[in-house]
Amino acid sequence: MSEHETQTGHGDGHAHAHHPSQSHHWDTMRQQFEAGKLGMWLFLATEILFFGGLFCAYFIYRANHPELFEYGHHALNKEMGAINTVVLLVSSLTMALGVRAAQTGNTKQLKLMLLVTFLCGCGFMGIKYFEYSAKINHGYLLGSMFNYSKVKDHEREARDHAAENAHAAHAESVFGAPAVPVVVPAEKSVFVDAARQPSGLAPEVREMHAEDHGADSHGADSHGADSHSGDSGGHSEAGLLPVDGRPPNIHIFFSIYFMMTALHGIHVVIGMGLMLWLFFISGDNRFGPSYFTPVEVTGLYWHLVDLIWIFLFPLLYLI
Amino acid sequence: MNPPETGTAAPVAEAPAVPHHYLNHSKGFLSWALTLDHKRIGIMYLIGVLSCFALGGMFALLLRTELWAPGDTIAGIFVKKGGTKTAQDIYNMWFTVHGAVMVFLVIIPGVPAALGNFVLPIMLGAKDVAFPRLNLGSFYLWCLGAIFFILTLFMGGVDAGWTFYTPYSAITSTAVIPALVGVFILGFSSIFTGMNFIVTIHKLRPPGMTWFRMPLFLWGSYATAVIQVLATPVLAITLLLLIMERTLHVGIFTPEYGGDPVLFQHFFWFYSHPAVYIMILPAMGIVSEIISVHSHKRPFGYQFIAYSSVAIAIFGFLVWGHHMFTSTQSPAMNAIFSAITFSVSIPSAIKVFNWLATMWGGSIRLTVPMLYGLSFIFLFSIGGLTGLYLGTLSTDVHFHDTYFVVAHFHYVMMGSALIGMFGGLHHWWPKMTGRLYNGKLARIAWAFVFVGFNVTFFTQFLLGSQGMPRRYYDYLPRYEIYHKISTIGSYMMAVGFAIMGVYLLQSIFGGKKAPANPWGANTLEWHCTSPPPHDNFKTPPAIEDCYDYSGIDYDPAIGGYTSRANPPK
Repeated sequence: MSEHETQTGHGDGHAHAHHPSQSHHWDTMRQQFEAGKLGMWLFLATEILFFGGLFCAYFIYRANHPELFEYGHHALNKEMGAINTVVLLVSSLTMALGVRAAQTGNTKQLKLMLLVTFLCGCGFMGIKYFEYSAKINHGYLLGSMFNYSKVKDHEREARDHAAENAHAAHAESVFGAPAVPVVVPAEKSVFVDAARQPSGLAPEVREMHAEDHGADSHGADSHGADSHSGDSGGHSEAGLLPVDGRPPNIHIFFSIYFMMTALHGIHVVIGMGLMLWLFFISGDNRFGPSYFTPVEVTGLYWHLVDLIWIFLFPLLYLI
Repeated sequence: MNPPETGTAAPVAEAPAVPHHYLNHSKGFLSWALTLDHKRIGIMYLIGVLSCFALGGMFALLLRTELWAPGDTIAGIFVKKGGTKTAQDIYNMWFTVHGAVMVFLVIIPGVPAALGNFVLPIMLGAKDVAFPRLNLGSFYLWCLGAIFFILTLFMGGVDAGWTFYTPYSAITSTAVIPALVGVFILGFSSIFTGMNFIVTIHKLRPPGMTWFRMPLFLWGSYATAVIQVLATPVLAITLLLLIMERTLHVGIFTPEYGGDPVLFQHFFWFYSHPAVYIMILPAMGIVSEIISVHSHKRPFGYQFIAYSSVAIAIFGFLVWGHHMFTSTQSPAMNAIFSAITFSVSIPSAIKVFNWLATMWGGSIRLTVPMLYGLSFIFLFSIGGLTGLYLGTLSTDVHFHDTYFVVAHFHYVMMGSALIGMFGGLHHWWPKMTGRLYNGKLARIAWAFVFVGFNVTFFTQFLLGSQGMPRRYYDYLPRYEIYHKISTIGSYMMAVGFAIMGVYLLQSIFGGKKAPANPWGANTLEWHCTSPPPHDNFKTPPAIEDCYDYSGIDYDPAIGGYTSRANPPK
């Protein structure tokens, strides 16, 4: 007992009475804090193993069927993935600053940092939403939801775009340069049909689409940008997407993609909920040098969620 | 080291007044439903686990009755006219429910969550587990998981076996998903219990309670908790993948959609083999306590027993492939897994020999817990040694999926894990309830269980070695005599457990009051009153050598033992 009390030092020295957040079965606030932190680390270990199953599935299918990944990753939007990586990294920084603010008792800064972290989470999920809608719209879905006819249509378009690009150099500015500002509004239009074409699209391309697929696949064409603008400089890359030379069981790639990113997304949403919760309970200078456990352990959780994405992004999008 | 110890005569003075303990600390339904007291949570778990044991046991009796004779015996009665289910389907459902209930609802939470919750913090000298709210949460997750299982029963049952092997589990029309959701939830209950125990042991050891002063049960529980935390999440993701496979055909586990059914087996056994050690390690911890206390002698090779628990936990993660010797695994992998499997026998044998050496020269008393402890050693030895036949590649090809496997894992799971749990239950019953049970009835019940168990399952070794496949509803007439003997054994066990239920219930309502220390033990839980007070320890207890029995004296006046160094408070 006395051993523990001498350790407290930096903590609750200011008050001899128990801190309001101290439970009865702990001798000191420090002991309670360390237990909470150890508990969180254990929980994170379970999270790693939880995701580990999916990573394991990824590696096994990658090793046995590399063609699925070779083919499938072209359908993912590298720009969006990269932006999301940056968004999450920034949120990790703000979270770390938030933890620092909680430790020093700077409630104002803590609240600001929690809010920024929360908004980064929103940004991540927003971009994810556009990515998912594009995949859904093109039929790139998991398991038996994978829609071969839609995918076929989309791929023909993509090939046509590529062919067009090879002839029309000016088109590069449409597909290549301002990837983000063009793509985001275009993705929204996916559900609004052909009414909103990217304005810069060459008229010939538009015509070609109209005669190829009729109205209903029109919204999709902005995805020429989605899937290929990332293959920077290499329009020929688009040619790698075979229209009918799809590897068998290609849906498995999208199964893995969706399950991994969706499970990660769920964790992001949970993390955002925790940010909001901390934001609302952090009033009245509740957190300070003697008690900041919830902020600290939420921070640990958030960094892990970030870290998992750092692995997911290159594995799914880049290689 | 010793905190100020005053008032050694206090227990005698307090005894006539109504003693204050955790059971009468507060009253009413909510005082239990919302309790954060680890002892009450342990009791609630115990009630749940024992109820599920009765449920799972009922299905076992149905199975054995069906196998009394070849052809349809009783399953046909449950076939609905005009329904699609045959008697065989009903039988498949029975063994699935029996296995899943016994594994996920009874044995896995049995020792850690029920007995461990009650005993672990007191043994450690702590006031509670590290995260009491999480502990209550784990209990409610367990309840939710149990509800899903019961839901499964009402939705027509599930017939995929407790292992849920694909591709069948992905295509059967029975209620696989509720069962999977139930197991998923139970998994999280188990993870949270494990986390709680690890943090409790790391951070709530009172000063003086060093790692190597901890009772061996705590070492067993610690090793178990590590497995619970590291293995269970893999089961969770596997079941999630299987749910996705069933609903969306994601193509990971079913060949029809490009998946690999053997991958499921790898994923499943990566959890479920360590899970075998989740079941057995805490029971081994209990037996280490029982053998020492009831032989009144320090455990032989304390550190070896402690480290062997950790070694089993580590080896447990590296042997899952021995479930797939006949599942197209490469010969090289088979050889490696076989070799590692054999190495598990080293720490297991260390334990068995140390228990025997502990008894050597001790003053052995054949109390009821000791009978269970001795049964454990006997049955575990048979279970362990028959495991060698299954770990050997050449013999496994013959024994795989026969009754030999059934007999082997029942010797380990029931004969060891459950018998250990019942040993612990009898050991700590006076502490938990403050009452003594009827020793004579308890011995009769033990005899029924022990003899019945061997009659039931030893015969199955013979059945299996002659080629009777497991999970079969029907069999050739030449197996009939063995099946009949096995069924008779199962009825004997049922009688034994029924008697146990009777005298345990009777002890609660009319049993003799238990002294604080009826067995002459020296671990901390025996130094507080029976039942323990709400806060376990008003003042931090003196931590001394918990296996030093020299200061423990029998006091005929109270019918129990007193400790000179640490008098009861």
